Amino acid sequence: MASEHSAGRQALLLLPGLLFIGLLLLLPLLWLLALSFYDNGLSLAHYARLIDDASYYKSFLLTFEIAGSVTVVAMLIGYPLCYWMLGLSPFWQRVAIICVLIPFWTSLLVRTYAWLVLLQRRGLVNSGLQSLGLIEEPLALMYNATGTSIGMTHILLPFLVLPLFANMQTIDRDLLKAAAALGGSPGFVFWRVFFPLSLPGLTAGALLVFVLSIGYYVTPQLLGGGSTVMIGQLIQRNIELFSSWGAASAVSMVLLLMVMAVFLLMSRYLSLDRVFGAR
Amino acid sequence: MQASHLPTTTASRLALTFCGVAGLIFLVLPIFIVVPMSFSASRFLAFPPPAWSVRWYNEYFTSAEWMLATGVSLQVAAATCLLATPIGVAAAYAVHIRKTRASEIAYALLMVPLMIPHIIVAVGVFFLFARIKLNNTLTGIMLAHTMLAIPFVLITTLSGLQGFDMNQERAAQSLGVNRLTAFLKVTAPQIKGSIIAGALFAFISSLDEVVVSLFLSGGPTSTLPKRMFVALRDEVDPTIAAISSLLIFASLGIGLGAVVASRKS
Repeated sequence: MASEHSAGRQALLLLPGLLFIGLLLLLPLLWLLALSFYDNGLSLAHYARLIDDASYYKSFLLTFEIAGSVTVVAMLIGYPLCYWMLGLSPFWQRVAIICVLIPFWTSLLVRTYAWLVLLQRRGLVNSGLQSLGLIEEPLALMYNATGTSIGMTHILLPFLVLPLFANMQTIDRDLLKAAAALGGSPGFVFWRVFFPLSLPGLTAGALLVFVLSIGYYVTPQLLGGGSTVMIGQLIQRNIELFSSWGAASAVSMVLLLMVMAVFLLMSRYLSLDRVFGAR
Repeated sequence: MQASHLPTTTASRLALTFCGVAGLIFLVLPIFIVVPMSFSASRFLAFPPPAWSVRWYNEYFTSAEWMLATGVSLQVAAATCLLATPIGVAAAYAVHIRKTRASEIAYALLMVPLMIPHIIVAVGVFFLFARIKLNNTLTGIMLAHTMLAIPFVLITTLSGLQGFDMNQERAAQSLGVNRLTAFLKVTAPQIKGSIIAGALFAFISSLDEVVVSLFLSGGPTSTLPKRMFVALRDEVDPTIAAISSLLIFASLGIGLGAVVASRKS
């Protein structure tokens, strides 16, 4: 039939996009993979260093600590927020969604800068807490892991809220009514019916926040100070300070492997276009 | 009312409202705190500002360096948008018309830039561009940004196509129009909103991109985010507050524009 599309035409339409990905993403990644195994000949030296050198180990551990705490705090803020939004009228629901999307659209650098202003020694958070009499001396909220975690939680929270809220909206309200009609208390209905049904959304959102956290660079670099070295900074330092391409490549490959593993796990709960589609 | 279907008691509803409102304030307030800071007359980041002025806006608009970086970023973002939009639309159309194993793999590959940490992309592309002398060139940054922006166009266009009845295009073809004309005259006008939304996201993704620009650009080709990053690392220059406020309103406008555009199709 004349109107059916041939495989050739389809390939031709995909070609420009695939060329970009192939030449500017896959080729460089393969190159880094090769470099990571090269040290005056085929060698595992760059990977051995990841195990032997304590500073690498510390950096990976710190990255997991920060990513883990960001994920947990995002869940604690995001879950009640989504549940509350679910009960709003359509108009206020739209307003709330826009409020979630505003930080999503705003430049990462601008959001990091905002926290730089807020978390300073004499910044708004410290002076607020002091005037409330909660603290005597300003807290060290910046240039450490605390500042990094606060900033990253704010930046990544929409990535948890959007898939979780989408999931909660698909939960059949009739199930909740039925459970209540059969005599279930509100607590029972929530924990035994609603919460289990929202778990796929929560898991997907949490994994997404976690996976985006472990690859972060800008926020820890600006809010973390010199002592908070996450994996991303480890890669940058190996290149800019030591010109050690092999070491940077090996760290990149390990990070890439971890990221891909989490995305693979996540694809069981959620398709990716749903997550990024809201952007 | 909907809310009554959700399991809550009066006490827990109050607690829930508090958590929800607090969550939204946490999301939005930190961003807008930057705006009053940008009108401060002081060098120091005191809040509320001791006196008001537009000196930091003046500083920004009269600085040759900031203007150069702004020009670079706008050029790169415009080029990225012009390149990524047709490429992404073509790919979305191809994925939509025929679902095969190969097209699914192609789709997954085109989405990879969303998943890989930008620091890895930056290092890899920097290494490649060092061989072919594309580092510190506008062409280089634009090519890298295009690769990163393709998924945004792909996603929005696909969601537009999913709501479109492809029989209309077939009908046009059976009336004797060729495929390209059928797409341009029948399909494209009806998914216009999604395409515009994708183009806007491509533009803003380039305008906001920091990490890749940090590696690929330098000197006179530095993008605005790169200059801002370097300025923030060295000392907190209040000019950044003025630039940030302008960027907040730019991205807000573009984001809302994209939402409105994609609603319409």
